[in-house]
Amino acid sequence: MIAEKAPKQMQEEVKAEEKIVYRAEQLNLWYGEDQALKNIDMDIQENEVTAIIGPSGCGKSTYIKTLNRMTEMIPIVRTSGRVYYRNENIFDKKYKVEELRTKVGMVFQKPNPFPKSIYENVVYGPKIHGIKDKKLLDEIVERSLKGAALWDEVKDRLKENAFGLSGGQQQRLCIARCLAVEPDVILMDEPTSALDPISTLKIEELVQELKENYSIVIVTHNMQQAGRISDKTAFFLNGEVVEYDNTDTMFSSPQDKRTEDYISGRFG
Amino acid sequence: MKAINDTTAQSYPKTQKRSSLSGREIKNKLFKSLFIGATAFSLLVLLVLLVQIFTQGIPYLNWNFFTSFPSRHAEEAGILSAFVGTIWMMAVTAPVSFVLGVGTAIYLEEYAKKNRFTQLIQMNISNLAGVPSIVFGLLGLTIFVRELALGRSVLAGGLTMSLLILPIIVVAAQEAIRAVPGELKEASFAMGATKWQTTYRIVLPAALPGILTGNILALSRAIGETAPLIMIGALTYVAFLPEGLLSQFTVMPIQIYNWTGRPQEEFHFVAAAGIMVLLVMLLLMNSVAVWIRNKFQKRF
Repeated sequence: MIAEKAPKQMQEEVKAEEKIVYRAEQLNLWYGEDQALKNIDMDIQENEVTAIIGPSGCGKSTYIKTLNRMTEMIPIVRTSGRVYYRNENIFDKKYKVEELRTKVGMVFQKPNPFPKSIYENVVYGPKIHGIKDKKLLDEIVERSLKGAALWDEVKDRLKENAFGLSGGQQQRLCIARCLAVEPDVILMDEPTSALDPISTLKIEELVQELKENYSIVIVTHNMQQAGRISDKTAFFLNGEVVEYDNTDTMFSSPQDKRTEDYISGRFG
Repeated sequence: MKAINDTTAQSYPKTQKRSSLSGREIKNKLFKSLFIGATAFSLLVLLVLLVQIFTQGIPYLNWNFFTSFPSRHAEEAGILSAFVGTIWMMAVTAPVSFVLGVGTAIYLEEYAKKNRFTQLIQMNISNLAGVPSIVFGLLGLTIFVRELALGRSVLAGGLTMSLLILPIIVVAAQEAIRAVPGELKEASFAMGATKWQTTYRIVLPAALPGILTGNILALSRAIGETAPLIMIGALTYVAFLPEGLLSQFTVMPIQIYNWTGRPQEEFHFVAAAGIMVLLVMLLLMNSVAVWIRNKFQKRF
């Protein structure tokens, strides 16, 4: 059921290899006895937005949380198979999970700023990685907040508590916090599901800008959103990848009947 | 839509409003007065106690009372050595129980795997909180006074008290740590923070008000405890101030206990004055605990 890669010339193949950020091979995951991911084989391309869609409980959030090994925080989780990030198997015993999470940032479903000032929220990442220089930290704050399209709204109140921001601003702050660590990939787990339409639009525009410099994997409940912002889309169902293709192709001529049913709103 | 409403309305039997209401109302009033009575009873007992203590104690409560050592003459007797002894003991108990208690709580909540073994530890900690204080006194006598040969010192007393309040502190700190939202920890881990960085920078600051409140309440229990200290042999008549951790000492509840045991009635009044001082100290500590809780209460 995995979408096959279109035949390419040798040279292009090599070039494409270099641009692969993530490669999952036969990835399986269980919560206790329940299998949540089944034989996932999937590549994520550099500087693209990859959307993961599917009904609730299909494993899309679980998949994205495997990419930075956040699934480990749940004690009953077991995994098998391999996930390569930049050609290194992240399940390898020697692989340092802190390093992985430094290169792979994550934005969560519910905005989760720390109960600290806006400034302290942004410098949290740089600080834990040992940056102490005040001037450098100031620069990082400005750059990250600008990157998350929040600078103009908060530049005069950086010392105020982040809880004073609106939900949409909080989520952009979380994105800024993520950018401050200068990641390579940004994982977004339904980042707009708790936001109003205008805040959602802002985040969507932001994602479009961010893909110039970052590779983005975004889980979304909203098919229109996937259609609007992503280059590739993967359709998950019951822990399997039913279809994975260019977003345009997938939405105009889905290969699988189930994808077609889901996209046209017949279930889910 | 209308049809559905009709059927659901019909499917419920009509209630006999009048008779059932009056029965329920009587019951309602009955239980309300029962609960008011229960509250009033304990308040009344407390009030009687306070009135008695205050009427007896106030005449003896003057500056001399705070600056004098205990004496054979009730008019000259003071609480100085007991007051200073209590402060010394707290100076040992507070840091020891804070470090051990919070450390244990962090380990159990953040580091320990949830298995049978940690469940066993958890159960034992909860059980320890219910062990009579005299048993902790025995433990202190055996370990600190005899085995470690600390003698009947401030150090031995303070350590015994730490053991006594440790379970309370651990449980309170665990609850405070558990109340820190998981999303905050996730956010920290997702940025590549280690467990210790997350604990130190995110979990502890958020849990600190709860931890401090629990600590202060536990310490205020330690201030009032008498039995374990009598067990390890804190003196009842001390006419000197402790000079160091290995000095002998007495504390306020022991001094009060000593005074109430005297045959002369005047000493009972002196004891009442001592109780007032102790009550004010407890009240102050509890107020600080409430103040901390309110000031740092964060919305997540």
